[in-house]
Amino acid sequence: MDFNASSPIWMQVATRIKTEMVSGKLPPGAKLPGGRELALQYTINPNTAARVYQELEKEGLVEVRRGMGTYVTEAAERIARLRDGMARDAAEDYMDRMASLGYTRAEAVAWIEQEDREHAEE
Amino acid sequence: MLKSEALTKVFGSKTAVDHVSLNLEAGHICAMLGPNGSGKTTWMKMAAGLCKPTSGQVFFDGEPIGVKSRASVAYMSTEPYFYTWMTIRDVAKYYADFFADFSMERFRDLLRRFELEENLKTKTLSSGMMAKAKIAVTMARDARIWMLDEPFNGIDLVARDQIKSAIIESAAPDKLLLMSSHLVEEMESIADRAVFLRKGQLIKEVDIETERAETGCSIADEYRRIYGAQGGEEA
Repeated sequence: MDFNASSPIWMQVATRIKTEMVSGKLPPGAKLPGGRELALQYTINPNTAARVYQELEKEGLVEVRRGMGTYVTEAAERIARLRDGMARDAAEDYMDRMASLGYTRAEAVAWIEQEDREHAEE
Repeated sequence: MLKSEALTKVFGSKTAVDHVSLNLEAGHICAMLGPNGSGKTTWMKMAAGLCKPTSGQVFFDGEPIGVKSRASVAYMSTEPYFYTWMTIRDVAKYYADFFADFSMERFRDLLRRFELEENLKTKTLSSGMMAKAKIAVTMARDARIWMLDEPFNGIDLVARDQIKSAIIESAAPDKLLLMSSHLVEEMESIADRAVFLRKGQLIKEVDIETERAETGCSIADEYRRIYGAQGGEEA
């Protein structure tokens, strides 16, 4: 994974794991790799890998079971809320980018509808 | 864990290391950064006990470095240092005789992953293979401190990833890994601390993730900012 310079690496890896949670690739209750395995998987510092799980635990998205490992939360409603939040962020990013190109919000919506129609025709 | 106090080395009219005070803690992978000639190698050689400071001191666990620390510090220099008649297997035996913490099992595991054969003569090794062999013998020690001088030099992209994995595997709360490099991007994700040297002086010591969070800068950005246009070589 290539990391961008502007945000901490733990945050970028946490976002990747969250994406896998909401997409169902990591279903509720799934076991996550251990800290060192995560570090190896992403080629990151083991302290950074530990931080990823600490932050996900703080958000209630993973459970650390002592001596057992780290698991995706069983609370499906938390994952659903996470998904809504990520969708909202993606929509805001789109709106911001269109605004930076000089489009109004209504125009931005028209663009995405047009894009969707063209996609359907293909 | 590894501490230098006003460490200084003068070669003739040139001050290679100039009053560098550093305190490196266990549990971290630390990148020592700076262009060629900034004092990284000389600092490491003094910390490994291989070169006598002009003034200042180095401490390992609170004690001046010496015979005891040498048994716990695995140092990899930039120069090739194997006898040319030796095979890789001979080198490993030599290391095993020399260092009580050398693990033949770990060594063989690293060789296999680096795709190196034990019966190769060191004089027949390409520069990339030699670099990998050096890493393998060094990382096969169960040291408390590993100091790797330019571990990624002359090594292709795939082998760099293998070396990074070996480094990540060795990291532990009671161990310290220190790597020097001018290939800053290679250090970016695996190091968590960075030390910047310039003209023998300590410029800055940072926690990499904190730096990213607070300034939005990677260590490569920081490197460019510190060394600017002269980024390459120093006289």
